[in-house]
Amino acid sequence: MPDSILKVSNIEKSFGALKASDGISLDLVPGEIHALIGPNGAGKSTLIKQIAGGLKPDAGSVQFLGHEITGMSTAQRARLGLGRTFQISALAMGFTVLENAVLGAVGQSGSVFRFFKPAMKDAALLARARSALDRVNLRDYENVVTSELSHGQRRQLEVAVALTLAPKAFLMDEPMAGMGGEGSKTLTNFLQELKHEAPILLVEHDMDAVFACADRISVLVYGKIIATGSVEEIRAHPEVRVAYLGEEDAA
Amino acid sequence: MLRERYINILILAGLVLIPAYAYFAEEPFTITLATRAVIFALAGVGLNLALGQGGLVSFGHAAYFGMGGYAMGILASHAQNYEPIMEVPFLIEGTNSMPVIWLVAIVMSALLALVIGALSLRTSGVYFIMVTLAFGQMFYYFTISWPAYGGEDGLSIYVRNQFPGLNTLDPIQFFGICFVILLAVLFLVDRINKSPFGLALNGAHQQEERALTVGINVYRVRLVAFVISGAITGLAGALFADLNRFVSPTMFSWQISGEIMIFIILGGVARLFGPVAGAALYIVLEHFLGGLSEYWFIYLGAILLFVVLFAKGGIIGGLSKKETGRAG
Repeated sequence: MPDSILKVSNIEKSFGALKASDGISLDLVPGEIHALIGPNGAGKSTLIKQIAGGLKPDAGSVQFLGHEITGMSTAQRARLGLGRTFQISALAMGFTVLENAVLGAVGQSGSVFRFFKPAMKDAALLARARSALDRVNLRDYENVVTSELSHGQRRQLEVAVALTLAPKAFLMDEPMAGMGGEGSKTLTNFLQELKHEAPILLVEHDMDAVFACADRISVLVYGKIIATGSVEEIRAHPEVRVAYLGEEDAA
Repeated sequence: MLRERYINILILAGLVLIPAYAYFAEEPFTITLATRAVIFALAGVGLNLALGQGGLVSFGHAAYFGMGGYAMGILASHAQNYEPIMEVPFLIEGTNSMPVIWLVAIVMSALLALVIGALSLRTSGVYFIMVTLAFGQMFYYFTISWPAYGGEDGLSIYVRNQFPGLNTLDPIQFFGICFVILLAVLFLVDRINKSPFGLALNGAHQQEERALTVGINVYRVRLVAFVISGAITGLAGALFADLNRFVSPTMFSWQISGEIMIFIILGGVARLFGPVAGAALYIVLEHFLGGLSEYWFIYLGAILLFVVLFAKGGIIGGLSKKETGRAG
């Protein structure tokens, strides 16, 4: 197996008596979509925050591209190349589509502390932003205010903003959430293409989408990963069927 | 968008034409009122960078306004008494040169904003408002109890400070100085708003999580904005002290912080000319309503309520029929 890009080792995190992460280990290798599934309250969000920044594990470590990133801030991790999309679109709603993409380019280029040259006239920033919008087919909407986009378009813009970072790995939190069948299919195809540029750690509720696009699946239940494997292995895994897919299926 | 630009030009034209008329009609008091409006506008433009663009609701900008005021008061009082500020380890003398005083006011209030900002930006929401308010009040009580520079009575400066080549005691010339400074700062702030820094500041205001995940150090961006904001308000404080030729702890009071905030809300939060329109309206109301009744604040309160409830985006937002500026 090739070297992993992202490696989570024995992460532990407790909130009082609740063990939200109970010795979690997982990794992400080049060219794959690694899906993380688990019932509500399994600790998926807690795990994501520890990988993306914002929550420090009690024990264990997170490594990204060989760097120890456990103690790094969210912004530092992003600058290393960890691209992230959110479950509920986290976009600047008052900005135009293009401004949101340029914001990503500003962060990526490290040009935050430039005070005089207009950002929206900076050729390098614009080129980077527009090429990201092109890839998700939002280029025609670049002057639309983000709050006027449809839900599906916002999901696309989420991905585009992450793309401006030219990430080395993606961390996507339910990118299909609330998308129609058609949109979900388009996005799945897009992710299949994207994974060759940078592997994707995908947290997703939509089981059909997960089974359709994931190369590997990890199942998280009560803060523990109870199984990791291919789609077939996970489908057949008895514990997974009981814990997640529903007992009636197992019977 | 275009309409907002016309409104902005109208506001500036009004700010020039009214004192120009007063000059020919020989009504120096009107010129002084206009100067007051320009200085308040400047203080508001400073706060608006933090509050409007950055979403940092500082209820303590009187600290920088007062700091600018006392920078002027202390330098000028030493100059008028021919006493050096300190002799050991090296000599620092007072001065009555405006450019030097402005520079000191800007540097001192920027430093103060750096310290206050570094501490208070660790909090957010209501806590941020309260912490900034507390810092402002600290300085208010400190100056009241500090006898060296007049304590509660404040400091009078008998002659207005000097600007090379101009007679600053002539109201129209002093107005001109303040107006040019306001224009320069408006230009500067407009550039900042449109720069990558401004985009990051405003983006972090709208969606902090997003700014962080594209690699922007939001805390540092906010701190820098807070320092620039404080420096501008400090410069306004120095001009205000020079206008009145008097400095007192009142400049540090929370009422001043509130008034600066009122200019912004009246005129339009996060709009470049919002505080200018707001400060101008405030001065007009203060003059006319204040002439009618001592209790004019009750009318101001009613107008403020009306603006907040019915004209989202303040006067400029209401007139340009555009609900929010880019900043949201």
